[in-house]
Amino acid sequence: MNARRVARRVLRNPLGLVPAVVLALIVLAVLCAPLLSPQGPAVASLRDSFGGPTGGHPLGFDSAGRDVLARLLHGGRNTLGGALLALAVALVVGVPSGLVAGYRGGRFDAAASWTANLVMALPAMVVLLASRAILGPTVWVLMVVLGVLIAPSFFRLVRGTVAGVRNELYVDAARVSGLRDARIVARHVLVVVRAPVIVQTALVAGIAIGLQAGLEFLGIGSGDTPTWGAMLNEAFANIQRAPAMMVWPGLALGLTSASLVLLAAALRDALEGRGADPVRRRRPATASTASTAPAGDGGDRAGLLSVRDLAVSYLLPDGTVREVVRGVDLDVREGEIVGLVGESGSGKTQTAFSILGILPEGGHVSRGSVTVDGREVVGLPERGHRALRGTVVAYVPQEPMSNLDPSFTIGAQLTEPMRYKLGISRAEARRRALDLLRQVEIADPERVLASYPHQISGGMAQRVLIAGAMSCDPRLLVADEPTTALDVMVQAEVLGLLRRLQRERGLGVLLVTHNLGVVADVCDRVAVMHEGRVVETGTAERVLHDPREPYTRTLLDAVLDQVPARPPLKGRTP
Amino acid sequence: MTTDDVTGDNLLEVADLRVSFPGRGWRAPAADVLNGVSLAVRPGETLGLVGGSGSGKTTLGRAILGLVPVRSGTVTFAGERIERATARRRRELSRDLQVVFQDPYTSLNPSLTIGDTLAEPLLAQGVPAAEARRRVGGLLDRVRLPPDAADRLPREFSGGQRQRVAIARALALDPKLIVCDEPVSALDLTTQRTVLDLFLEIQERTGVSYLFVSHDLAVIRFVSHRVAVLRRGAIVETGDTAEVTERPAHPYTRSLMLAAPVADVAWQRERREAFERSAYRENSSAERK
Repeated sequence: MNARRVARRVLRNPLGLVPAVVLALIVLAVLCAPLLSPQGPAVASLRDSFGGPTGGHPLGFDSAGRDVLARLLHGGRNTLGGALLALAVALVVGVPSGLVAGYRGGRFDAAASWTANLVMALPAMVVLLASRAILGPTVWVLMVVLGVLIAPSFFRLVRGTVAGVRNELYVDAARVSGLRDARIVARHVLVVVRAPVIVQTALVAGIAIGLQAGLEFLGIGSGDTPTWGAMLNEAFANIQRAPAMMVWPGLALGLTSASLVLLAAALRDALEGRGADPVRRRRPATASTASTAPAGDGGDRAGLLSVRDLAVSYLLPDGTVREVVRGVDLDVREGEIVGLVGESGSGKTQTAFSILGILPEGGHVSRGSVTVDGREVVGLPERGHRALRGTVVAYVPQEPMSNLDPSFTIGAQLTEPMRYKLGISRAEARRRALDLLRQVEIADPERVLASYPHQISGGMAQRVLIAGAMSCDPRLLVADEPTTALDVMVQAEVLGLLRRLQRERGLGVLLVTHNLGVVADVCDRVAVMHEGRVVETGTAERVLHDPREPYTRTLLDAVLDQVPARPPLKGRTP
Repeated sequence: MTTDDVTGDNLLEVADLRVSFPGRGWRAPAADVLNGVSLAVRPGETLGLVGGSGSGKTTLGRAILGLVPVRSGTVTFAGERIERATARRRRELSRDLQVVFQDPYTSLNPSLTIGDTLAEPLLAQGVPAAEARRRVGGLLDRVRLPPDAADRLPREFSGGQRQRVAIARALALDPKLIVCDEPVSALDLTTQRTVLDLFLEIQERTGVSYLFVSHDLAVIRFVSHRVAVLRRGAIVETGDTAEVTERPAHPYTRSLMLAAPVADVAWQRERREAFERSAYRENSSAERK
């Protein structure tokens, strides 16, 4: 469907174009072997043995007086053909079994995975040597065996990908739509598997060629068929006499393998939509130039956090610039909770990120000023931000679970920043961590400290993150939808906790939220954002009761709190 | 508290449904997600299913749809027992039993056009391709999407528009019951309202029933004729919406109602104080997951 676009992206990437051209030339030359060869690959005249290049024989002759070019071209047929056969076998064995195992799971999956692991554990060379002894020295048979040996790499790849897709809601929806499994696989699953399999194929092709050449080099293939590996073997035997004979088969093998690996990488970049887009390389005109604009014109600015005329822009891959925040003014004083409200895409999170200096790649502050505790942070280098984070400004994210590292205990994650930031001992950090957990109303801090993130609930994880944010005694907390992922009851408790911290510690909080109920519950003041601008600011009471801007009114009208309950269904049944 | 009015003319009846998920690790005990849930939905009715996270409300919807295996109990749909329906029977049931999922971003296949997604259930039921294409236009119209949407990919649409596509897909086969699993909780406030209005309008027009799962009481009040409150895999209270949400009989329901913040400073202050007083605070911090 978008194969053409992928091809175009690969060919536009120089690291994709060159190997693609090289491979195409090699394949073309090998296919046209009978036309290009000056003579048959087996035609030998001892008179010419080790003969140098002549007019009709540009690469000269080998030890038996056979034309090197002819052997190279015909050998390529066998080498590439053999690799192709191995690849086809691997695909035929690996992909369908991976599909079934990943989609169905259960016993087939267990048996197939077990088999795949077993085959992967076998040393390929030894099996190939053994099968040659049993099945005879035909290249093609050995290639089939090789195909079976590399099939598990496809099996595992496909199985893993499919098992991930199987849990997607659209697969469930297709099932509820009444689709047969085969059809679901064909329509919804194969598409996802396609890209990684293509990349893997290019990689495995390189490996297959290498293994095949290795076998031939060891003299295990059939002696009379010309292959690149056999040519290497022959050249090696005569390395004292004619060392240059190594060059051509070596070059052919090296070029093919390198091209395949590079092509695989370019394919992956193209299919996954990443990699070097030339435009993105240009450094955006950073805010350091823009921030020289005097910041003092904004009237009286709050001491803790003050944002004036902030603009955030993103440089898009096609070279255009999109402004997502356009001139935001915002103040947070000590001991004040300010709500930053808006719908998705309003720029509220981008505003919060620029305060913390954590805008994602491609985004930058293009205008304006942000002062935290009196210090300008726009244009501040990362080191300056790092000094502020934790001790002056701290962050509470939306998704508590994904912001805790599953492989460390809560204790380790809480004490590490304190030891780094405050330079205190392990024991002291632990004592403080216990204290913090008690402050965020965790009943059993000792146990929580020893727990891993998966052992605690989402509400508790959010308390832990708030404790972590408070650990270095910041004066400003930036909380991005801190209760959105939580249950309403837990939300009420976490909001109560924020209110208490504000009251007891004089903490200033910038609370990013889409929920007007949350604003009514905890915020002193609120700023309503729409399309990158603050459209209305005021006390929470005033804005919620007496909105002056039409957009704020639209938002409040959409709130369902006051809507009467739907009456029960009238007895419609006969 | 009214008991569940299980009468002969219910469209869907769930009786003593139990679902458990296998425990993790060798010989680990199974985790019970639903512990004997009973409920009924009449034709043309919306039953709101509300509960905290982990209460089992999503699992209940999935068990009815046959997406998770049932351990015991019965699911009766239009007089037929379907809790152990065969794969073939399930495919036939999809005419009458449909779903709208929560996340409009993952419930549509990103690589299929909207038209392909909408035609899928029709083609699966043997509708000829030309006829299916014609009906896709009608479906888009019913959910107020422009006809040219059929040729576009999901990524070109906003969350609210995608959810309209998901609703259109559910409507494609004119089902009798749609399980709505938090269908508006990923949407913005203003979008949420218009999508809810669409749900009501479709119900008025087609007489479809909804089992409407949500954690948001305001949403539940707006769409439901009756409400069932689920807690830890069991129903604690069922009744008419006004009854349950305004005069809750169970302390858990009362706390749940009070916990949801309202966009009014004075009223919210009262509710907050009432919540903090309420006997039934789910002390989640003492609870181990």
